[in-house]
Amino acid sequence: MHMADALISPAVGAAMYAASAATAGISIYRLRREDSLRPGLTSKRLPTMAVASALVFAGQMVNYSIPGTGSSGHLCGGLLLTALLGPWAGFLSMAAVLIIQCLFFADGGLLALGANLWNMAFYGCFAGYYLVYRPIMGSKRLRPAVKLTLASVLGCVLSLQLGAFSVVIETSLSGVTELPFEAFLALMQPIHLAIGAVEGLITAAVLVFVYNARPELLPDVQSSEGGPGRFSLRGTLAVLAIAALVTGGGLSLLASSSPDGLEWSLFGNSEGGYSENLGLNEDSYGIESPASKAAGGIQEKTAFLPDYGFSDGSAEALGTSVSGILGAAMVGALAGLVCLCGSLLRRRGAGRK
Amino acid sequence: MSRFDPTGEAGLSLRMVEELAAADSLLHRLSPLPKLLLTVLYIALTLSFPKYALSALSVMALFPAFGYQLAGISPAVCFRRMRFILPLVCAVGIFNPFFDRDPLFFLGNFPVSGGIVSMLTLLLKGVFALTAAFLLIATTPLEDLCRALRRLHCPRILVSLLLLTFRYITVLLEEASLMTQAYSLRAPGQRGVHISAWGSFLGQLLLRSMDRAESLFDSMLMRGFTGEFPGDSGSGTPPAAWAAALICAVMMALARMYDIPAMLGGIILGG
Repeated sequence: MHMADALISPAVGAAMYAASAATAGISIYRLRREDSLRPGLTSKRLPTMAVASALVFAGQMVNYSIPGTGSSGHLCGGLLLTALLGPWAGFLSMAAVLIIQCLFFADGGLLALGANLWNMAFYGCFAGYYLVYRPIMGSKRLRPAVKLTLASVLGCVLSLQLGAFSVVIETSLSGVTELPFEAFLALMQPIHLAIGAVEGLITAAVLVFVYNARPELLPDVQSSEGGPGRFSLRGTLAVLAIAALVTGGGLSLLASSSPDGLEWSLFGNSEGGYSENLGLNEDSYGIESPASKAAGGIQEKTAFLPDYGFSDGSAEALGTSVSGILGAAMVGALAGLVCLCGSLLRRRGAGRK
Repeated sequence: MSRFDPTGEAGLSLRMVEELAAADSLLHRLSPLPKLLLTVLYIALTLSFPKYALSALSVMALFPAFGYQLAGISPAVCFRRMRFILPLVCAVGIFNPFFDRDPLFFLGNFPVSGGIVSMLTLLLKGVFALTAAFLLIATTPLEDLCRALRRLHCPRILVSLLLLTFRYITVLLEEASLMTQAYSLRAPGQRGVHISAWGSFLGQLLLRSMDRAESLFDSMLMRGFTGEFPGDSGSGTPPAAWAAALICAVMMALARMYDIPAMLGGIILGG
């Protein structure tokens, strides 16, 4: 889900940086406050957080084979870190992972870092934790292993759905894609539903193992066994059911008017007016008869460059574009020359040594 | 899984970047703070080009091209690591030619639609942003970069966490790589970790690492760790570095404001 720099405009990037920086600021403030209450915790926390981040980093590179599919899944970092460290420290640890991934592995970009922090760390550490993980762990009726599995899977699914939703919003606001919002959404959400479920199962497997071996490492399981549960499982499931209903209902409403969301958003629908979505004129798409409509649709979809007439001002546009292409080619040649000279010089330098 | 080991490869890749950053060149010697600010400015300016401004955008290629030569690093090193992220950019951009089909201009008799131009612009932006970010990390050790972050008043705990995590990643990657190798030797022909070992595979590493974090903390305490790393030792940025960065920044701004390639082409066509 790492967004590259190219997918984001500077304005959206700056806004997401501000949001993530604010979250990091609050996290640091909360950690300091916790530390002031328990002084012994302060310095011990840092190495634990660092090791947990490094573990998530390494753990995300391990391939887990999904039975019966031949493909492989990965670990859901945000929820694992939150389960081990709590949401505030979890967010900061996830931030460290994402910054290193961005700098050293070109996963995501420098300007898109704020957005990536929000999409992956914020939702994983806060939405997944407060809305799903902690309420489920607070339940007293279920066995810890069942609770952990349920909480991990639902938490991962929720945080990945929210993350994917944010990616769509950020990319659309940045104006880099011509893909309509609804079509992009219909593309992203189901993919991340599957990814979320698998990541959740892997995370659950790790957490259950940790619980069986060293339950003291998972603070939420401990507290639910001791003190009174503050949240009921029924309440959480009700919240999730309503959320699922709203999202599912909303999405199916979008999709139901046309079997294909992509097509719907491309050509519009009869209820909404054909030209509503992209400003396309239905006449030019030949929607007189069902047969011609289908043929036209196929032809329009497959044709990369339809033979439109050229609008006015063609000569001028042609002139500037030709000089633009020529100039760009010269720039490209210059860049190539710089690289060639550099590598020749380096080779000569190496030869001398 | 038996042949391809992403954890091992990631470890090698980390080491390669660190080796590159430890080299010496004009760009390596430039102070980290101006370099960081210049990189951010370059990426922001590159991304701010309008979606059809392909020719104007192309001039931004010159900055990384010169930068890589000044740093003595082959751009091919950077292109190799783009293979994972660029397909994602392509996946978003690939729809543009289908949705935006009004021709912008003709190339001979061949109409070039807005979607194709905007797709190429998007792709170039992705390439330029990645090359710039890689140039920064390949010429600046993370310690120096963290010092620059501290000068920008980035919270101490975040900077310390970043440094510690980075040091620890190498250790854990090595360990995960060993485990992956051992597992694949005992499960030949199997892709990935089997579902029966999903929990124990990483869980074992997690438990061992948590213990290791404790001993790491103890050893840090014994060496006088007080909860934070020693800060900047007063090595400020020399004025010459700021001057060089300023000149670069002005050139980038000019490249953003004027369509230099089109002007160049116009002069040649006109003359």
